[in-house]
Formats: sequence, C-alpha cells, structure tokens
Amino acid sequence: MEGILGIIVAALFSQNFILVKFLGICPFLGVSKKTDSALSMGIAVTLVMVITCAVTYPIYVYILTPLGLQYLEIIVFILVIASLVQMMEMILKKFSPGLYSALGIYLPLVTTNCAILGVAELVIAAGKEAGTWAYTYGNAVLYGLFAGIGFTIAIVLLSGLREKTDKLNLPKCLKGFPITMIIACFMAMAFSVFSGL
Amino acid sequence: MSKKPTFKEIALDGVLRQNPVLKLVLGTCPTLGLTTAAISGLGMGAAATFVLICSNILISLLRNVIPDKVRIPCFIVIIATFTTVVRGLLEAFLPDIYDVLGTFLPLIVVNCVILGRAESFASKNPVGSSALDGLFMGLGFTLALTLMGIVREVLGAGAIFGTALWNFKIEFFAKPAGAFFTYGLFIAVFTLVSNALEAKKSKKKAVVAETAEEGA
Repeated sequence: MEGILGIIVAALFSQNFILVKFLGICPFLGVSKKTDSALSMGIAVTLVMVITCAVTYPIYVYILTPLGLQYLEIIVFILVIASLVQMMEMILKKFSPGLYSALGIYLPLVTTNCAILGVAELVIAAGKEAGTWAYTYGNAVLYGLFAGIGFTIAIVLLSGLREKTDKLNLPKCLKGFPITMIIACFMAMAFSVFSGL
Repeated sequence: MSKKPTFKEIALDGVLRQNPVLKLVLGTCPTLGLTTAAISGLGMGAAATFVLICSNILISLLRNVIPDKVRIPCFIVIIATFTTVVRGLLEAFLPDIYDVLGTFLPLIVVNCVILGRAESFASKNPVGSSALDGLFMGLGFTLALTLMGIVREVLGAGAIFGTALWNFKIEFFAKPAGAFFTYGLFIAVFTLVSNALEAKKSKKKAVVAETAEEGA
C-alpha cells in the first residue's frame, strides 16, 4: 500500500504507537482506569502530536539542516514541545474553557510523553533513511494526526477492558499493573493481525 | 529529607525496594521496546545509567542555583544535553548498539526514571549521594531490562546474547504481545516475592516486640 492510505493504516493499526512501537506506555498505563479520562488524554495527545509534527518538521528541514546543527535536534525538539504545550494551555484557557477543564491535568503531562517526541523523531528518521524527505510536509502532519488517533483508540479500548477487570477477584500479585499488561498483551495480539495488510 | 540516606539504603532502594522498572513501573517504553534481546536491554540500561549519573550530579550541584519555579525546564535541558552526548558517543564508537537502540536513544530525554530521580532525589541531596543514587537506580533499571531481555531472547529466539542455544523457539515472546506478557509476569513475580519478604520481616518484628513486651 502506498501513499496517504498507507500512512493512515500504518499509523492507526499496523504500526500503532502503543501496541506495536511501545511509545507512550506511561499514560497508557497511568490514565486508563476510566474511559472518560482515557478519552481526554487521547484528545490531548492527538492535538499536541499534530502541532508538534507541524512545527518540528520545518524547524529540522529549514533551520537545523542548512545550519548543520542536526546534533541539537533532541534539545530543540523537547524545548519546542514543552513551549507548545504551555502555549496550547494558555490559548485553550482563554478561548475554550470547556475543553480546557475537560483536558485538565492531562495537557501538561503530555510534555513528558515519549509518543510526542517519538513522532517528531520518527518523521525525521524516515527522512534520513530514505536520503530525501520521505514525508512531505502534509504527510508528516497527517502521520501525526493518525498516530494520535491510533493512540486514542488503544487507550480507550484498554480503559474499557480495565473497568471490567477491576471487578474480578484476582490473586493479589496480579492486581494493578500485571493484569493490565496481560490485557495489553491480548490487545497487541489482536492488533498484530493488521501487520499482514 | 530528615537525614542523609546511607550508602546501603541508596543501594537497596535503587536495585530492589524502589526498582524503577519492577516496583515504580517507570521507564516502561524502553523496557517493552528493547527487551527482544539481552544485548539491547543491556545497551539501553548502560546509556540511561550514564545519563542518570551525569544529570544527577549536575542537578545536585546546581540545586541551590536553579529557581524552584523553572526547575522542570532546567532539568529537561540538562537531561537533553547528556542524551545528546551519549547519542554522539554511541554513534561514533559503538554503531551496532546505536542501530539497535534506534528511536529509543533520543527518547531517554523523556524517560520518567531520570526526571523522577532529578525531582525527588538529586534536587534535594548532596552531590555524593546523588551520584550514588544515579548509579544504583541505573543498575536497577539495567538489571531488570537485561533479565527481561535474556528471558525473551532465550524463549523467543533460542539464543542468549546473540549465541544460539537450541532450535526451539516460541515466537510469541519476540512479538510485541510477548513484551507485555513478560513484563506483566515479571512485575507479578517481583510483587509476590517482595510481599513474602515483607510479611516475613514484619512477623520477625512482631516476635521481637512481643518478647520485649514479655521481658518488661
């Protein structure tokens, strides 16, 4: 599969950020006790991912590469992400208080989410590997959007399953993280079917 | 912090009682992503330990200089600097490890173990104990990753550190699903053992208290 459809399917399923690439596991485990909070986290991550891709790609291609400063990419990216999150918080607070209060503490947490830095790094790495810029600007932003949606799908599904398993009578040592990992294991098996596409 | 933590406390906390991977469940992304083979777990552990020790030392040195309000951005910049250093070193001297670690190498910046130790230990303690804390937390992280890597490599690829052992392999353990499964089992076993040890200890304490009471 080539082109845009390929990017969408890969980002959503066959290269799902959580279940295949293992990026953003901390919020996946930490914020998946309730479906509502999982959905808020997913939306926050998706928003920040799109903006991150939209901003870091031109910075790398048009500023760092011409100046030969590629080695600064980690520091620059993390600073850009942190300030973007801060800015989004301020803008949302002013213009959309409803969404702001719904996202609550999840927005600042997104800064240290490795899925965000991961998406920026992956787009750049894909460009390096191909020698040319494998993702055009539009595709990079699209990848960010669908990677975020893939993240949301995984975290909302897990939270639904966790709400059920909370009621089970489990051995003490399996309660909490271990049983969540084992549920995630079954989800990963289900998602691995898509890798054949 | 009421008193200065001793060497033994720091060592035990880092490797066992507060093991970042198995007890605190931090730094989960590299734990799941880089344990398909023992060597990648070891490489990730070593790289993270280097960053952890260096950033702990620097943050501890600067702990009275950094204003409280902007401490998190400061910590992140320090960690990002050392991550850039380790990335450059690995790319130049150990290109094989560099390739194995892939995207997870720059992601050391957002490894919660490192920021967590900066926030909860290095920003409050003197340089010596912060360096030790970095070393032992890093060791705990490396040990857990390497052990998981060994288990997954032996079961999933029938090899250990790249040397083939036998022809028997269960591919499940090399797949993403196997990563979640192995990690879940590791935490379960770790909790089981530490709970049993804890129960034994408190029983002992109770007996001691009882005899003391009888004596009085």
